Amino acid sequence: MLSKTLSSKLKKTALALSASLLLTPTITQAEVNTTGLAVTDDSVTVGILHSVTGTMAISETGSVQAEKLAIEQINAMGGVLGRQIKIIQEDGASDWPTFAEKSKKLLVNDKVAAVFGCWTSASRKAALPVFEQYNGMLYYPTFYEGLEQSPNVIYTGQEATQQILEGLDWASKTKGAKKFYLLGSDYIWPRTSNKIARKHIENVLKAKVVGEEYYPLGHTQFNSVINKIKLKKPDVVFISVVGGSNVAFYKQLKAAGIDMTKESPLFLTISVTEDEILGIGGENIEGIYASMKYFQSLPNDNNKAFVEAFKKKWGKDIVIGDVTQAAYLGPWLWKAAVEKAGSFDVDKVREASPGIELTTAPEGYVKVHKNHHLWSKTRIGVAMPDGQYKVVYESDDLIEPDPFPEGYQ
Amino acid sequence: MFAEYTASELTSIFAMQGFAGLILFSVFVLMALGLAIIFGQMGVINMAHGEFMILGAYITYLTSNLFSEYAQNLFSGYFFVAMLLAFMVTFALGALVEWAMIRHLYKRPLDTLLATWGLSLILQQLYRTVFGPREVGVTLPDWLMGSYPLTDMIEIPINGIFVMCITLVISVGVYFWMFKSRWGGQVRAVVQNREMAGAVGINTEKVDRITFALGCGIAGVAGSAFTMVGSTGPTSGQLYIVDTFLVVVFGGASSLLGTIASAFTISQAQSTMEFFLSGSMAKVLTLLVVVGILMLRPQGLFSLKIRK
Repeated sequence: MLSKTLSSKLKKTALALSASLLLTPTITQAEVNTTGLAVTDDSVTVGILHSVTGTMAISETGSVQAEKLAIEQINAMGGVLGRQIKIIQEDGASDWPTFAEKSKKLLVNDKVAAVFGCWTSASRKAALPVFEQYNGMLYYPTFYEGLEQSPNVIYTGQEATQQILEGLDWASKTKGAKKFYLLGSDYIWPRTSNKIARKHIENVLKAKVVGEEYYPLGHTQFNSVINKIKLKKPDVVFISVVGGSNVAFYKQLKAAGIDMTKESPLFLTISVTEDEILGIGGENIEGIYASMKYFQSLPNDNNKAFVEAFKKKWGKDIVIGDVTQAAYLGPWLWKAAVEKAGSFDVDKVREASPGIELTTAPEGYVKVHKNHHLWSKTRIGVAMPDGQYKVVYESDDLIEPDPFPEGYQ
Repeated sequence: MFAEYTASELTSIFAMQGFAGLILFSVFVLMALGLAIIFGQMGVINMAHGEFMILGAYITYLTSNLFSEYAQNLFSGYFFVAMLLAFMVTFALGALVEWAMIRHLYKRPLDTLLATWGLSLILQQLYRTVFGPREVGVTLPDWLMGSYPLTDMIEIPINGIFVMCITLVISVGVYFWMFKSRWGGQVRAVVQNREMAGAVGINTEKVDRITFALGCGIAGVAGSAFTMVGSTGPTSGQLYIVDTFLVVVFGGASSLLGTIASAFTISQAQSTMEFFLSGSMAKVLTLLVVVGILMLRPQGLFSLKIRK
């Protein structure tokens, strides 16, 4: 251990010396990196940590692809502070302790300057203590339940209120919804989301929740709940069912003779992105609404360029969901923060992060809040038979992230 | 709880709920039958059962792509071809697996559990490499989607009826195969006394291979049928494995009739409770009841059925 520190110190000094001797025009390694990160005069190493094997690979593949694309584009533009980004990719293998282990490897052995990764809340919660102990920086892409704010994480997805409240308001105002039915998979995100939804429906919208129901993860038989929905006749079914259950639910809904395009009831989901529709089949889900911040079909120029680049790199049949776009923001937000700080040091990057703006984001303009979440717009899309969403509503302003919503807990 | 509904509404809901229970029953039977044959007749615990089902589902996916590419006008009938292909491919793979792996492990039943679990992981990663980690969408012919309206309230899902028919056909087929055919007689003879069966000239190795392959083949057909109600991805097989084992173990491993009876009990209990409670609680209660009954009647448990 002693010899390791010594040799790394020596190496650092040697590097600093050689750099200053060369009198390169770029800022020297020692100035931009005082904490021994894997930064040289022409490269900087970052980590990507997602599951590419195991049950979560289905969801996390898109995030890996987006992060790699962003890094490739940044490198093509000259890198960060004149340094090309190198990637060390680790596999979380859909196993939460593995995420913690690999995080430690990335931070301690590889000394990466930032990590883009994690997907489920469980994997983030497992890796979080490691990031806090070794002072790493994690860019986390998934929309999640909130109730967290770590100095070592930048949350590029929406926390619960950003995704839910605007969607419910829209259903109430535009569609006159009075009766809501809440349905989700049985784990922390749907339960927290529905808790927030219920408070909002009852206290703010003065409407009624006629049913709230959870099914185990991976459940494949939904005929009973479909019957209950038919009996209770809600105006809106608010859905946070995830994973393989989604496919079963929508196929059975259609088989039970419910035409989702008739909007009686109206189906509003916060968990089905374009990625999931691939597995469900566009013809089985036509007519449902989704409340997200990003849809592949967003008509702005940033997004058109992004979709084109993404398809060019990963194949023309690929689809891009909400989380994939949020993952794409990670490297760009990190780049902006590093350049604002003029340093790769994690403490300086953290300090520089609040207030960072991105005008080139595919979803449009985003800004980092001081609580490390993003200001972003909420959009409602309706599913088309070709597997894409058509945007029918967009919030006027950026929605402020509020991970600890008062009155909703 | 029912005060706010009219009598006709209640009648139709109960009718539909009963029907939902029947669909669940057929799904359970279909997924458990293949496992019951392998587990009950051979004492092999096949943890890769779910992966054989998903292989059937992927075959269906490939067939549907093939038909929509080259034979669009025959598309409405592709499902039957797909089921046949699914059966043949999983049957062949089952025979291969038996030859390469299972036959060396007959004297060590617990090792078959480990070995087939390893096989399930290998198959999952194989699917992921070949088909990608994302779920694939299987396009169904139009006549299989949608429902048949009986009254204003009661709608009968067509794919539910279809699954029921497949289950019926396969159950009857298995019954005749096991109890009326010469092959079935040989299988039962081997199960009862291997040495004697061998001594009277039954090729026990061949019987084992066909039995295992048949169990896998039925899993393949089940997987093919489940593309109508569930998802098709590398790990989707895992969604079924717990329920499948539950049904088989609860029914008593050596009895096919037990499997059917247990599928009926569990499905009716679960769908009734799902209606009155929330989904998760229904599952918990179902499992509790199963555990309770197994404590009183442990005949169906793993450890009791070991090949001597």
